[in-house]
Amino acid sequence: MLIKRASDLRSSEITDKKVYLGRREFIKAAAGAAAAGAGVLAGTDVLSAAGKPAPHGQKLENVQKSPLSVDPAKDKLNSWEDITTYNNYYEFGVDKDSPSLTAGRLKTSPWTVAVDGECAKKGNYSLEDILKGETLEERVYRLRCVERWSMVIPWVGFPLANLIKRMEPTSKAQFIEFQTLNDPSQMPGVQSPVLNWPYREGLRLDEAMHPLTILVVGLYGEVLPKQDGAPIRLIVPWKYGFKSAKSIVRIRFLEKQPLNTWQESAPSEYGFYSNVNPERDHPRWSQASERRIGEFFMRRTLMFNGYGDQVASLYSGMDLKKHY
Amino acid sequence: MTANQLVRFVAKPVVFLSALLPVAWIVWAFQAGALSANPLSDVTNETGVWTLRFLCLTLAITPLRRLTGWNLVIRFRRMIGLFAFFYGTLHFLIYVIADRFAGLLDFPDGIVAWSTVRNLLAAIGEDIYERPYITVGFTAFVLMLPLALTSTTGWIRRLGGRRWQTLHRLVYASAVGGVLHYWWLVKADVSRPQIYAVVVALLLGFRLYSARARAAAPRPSTATRSGAVAPPARSSTRTSA
Repeated sequence: MLIKRASDLRSSEITDKKVYLGRREFIKAAAGAAAAGAGVLAGTDVLSAAGKPAPHGQKLENVQKSPLSVDPAKDKLNSWEDITTYNNYYEFGVDKDSPSLTAGRLKTSPWTVAVDGECAKKGNYSLEDILKGETLEERVYRLRCVERWSMVIPWVGFPLANLIKRMEPTSKAQFIEFQTLNDPSQMPGVQSPVLNWPYREGLRLDEAMHPLTILVVGLYGEVLPKQDGAPIRLIVPWKYGFKSAKSIVRIRFLEKQPLNTWQESAPSEYGFYSNVNPERDHPRWSQASERRIGEFFMRRTLMFNGYGDQVASLYSGMDLKKHY
Repeated sequence: MTANQLVRFVAKPVVFLSALLPVAWIVWAFQAGALSANPLSDVTNETGVWTLRFLCLTLAITPLRRLTGWNLVIRFRRMIGLFAFFYGTLHFLIYVIADRFAGLLDFPDGIVAWSTVRNLLAAIGEDIYERPYITVGFTAFVLMLPLALTSTTGWIRRLGGRRWQTLHRLVYASAVGGVLHYWWLVKADVSRPQIYAVVVALLLGFRLYSARARAAAPRPSTATRSGAVAPPARSSTRTSA
């Protein structure tokens, strides 16, 4: 190694005094940041916890069984605990247990749903108005999350088609959009811009009118728990779970296809249709299999989540890899 | 008790046992049903995050030593680094079992069969090849392997301090890979991976800054240290592999 004598040192090689002194500042800042970082790493980063099951609610009266429910021999029901402690509802936080821990603040009564757009019966409807004249049915459906897990859930609700007919959509109405409540005082999750709130989801009108598509107000014969989208949510069982908007405050009839929140967030990953499709992988993971909550071995994911016989005709002639 | 004995017989065992607490907690929570409804996903995530934490701790030793002049901390670096590898190995094995093996779908000759092994290896290979976040995570893990193998005093001697140190700079790539792996797998909320990105950036930034500062101002006192930074062989409890 060549050791330079002092005379060989060019003035440019001598560390500027400001930089030299600045080093202490940098060091202090780095030390502070490291200490803060260590605190954060150790403290707030608990990824997994059992969550808090929803308290049992009011029993719903006169709930009818439905022939559209799945066969319990093939699809065993998930427990109340599973369904009320493990789900995505980003308005209440991004962890699976967050909704169960923070949804208690949600005020579900009184509840109003605004209906507008291309329909004759625009207006604000109370939950009671919406439920008036509807027969509640128990629909046991498979739910497939886009994250490769699934559950079997006994929802209680009624066909969305009934409500749509009552609202008398105009001939221009081709699509329907649902909006979730966006209230920072009741929903801690919307305080951070993880998604572009309010949460919006949409369907083609014929998808919305399909007999499998339901509005849900109950679970296991009881009033729907807050963490699962109370007081009223959508369920479209052949699509990934995120299509089924929760805690709906607005329904719009539209001429043009709306932009749904997840598509807006990551268009290459989430499309408008989002039908369960084992052939079309999520860009970051395979959709060919899924873990049923409670099981070790994964299952093969079924086209349209196993509802192909009923819904495949809605998409005849469409390239579902393109229209994902 | 001398300071050396205090480190060897008190401080090191305490650090060792503390580093086992996370895995003890994970095992307890798993069998006690204290995890979520998807416990296999939880144990995968937890072991992954603990790998990153231990990587950050490993990378924090040198800055801590330089900033505080507390040279003793260097004696814990190997142990903490090996714990990063330990948690990384657990994370990888759990992924292999809970994701790849459990996701095989078909067991044409039963579960205990050569075809299962072949299909499992194919499923792992396919994931590493097709999914960028798996590619980068697997690479980060594999890079730790030579470091764990050459962590012994014998290997430091065999390689020579400077070469050993160059090799062990692979841990920087491992940490960056680990952060990328985490970042690419979250769906929308990157706030947690962001924390690790900032911590790793600060820890690596410190090295860059001090290397530059030393290169710019080679004062006699630092010039002698600028070559081999870490003398891990000193006062080690083990002498060879």
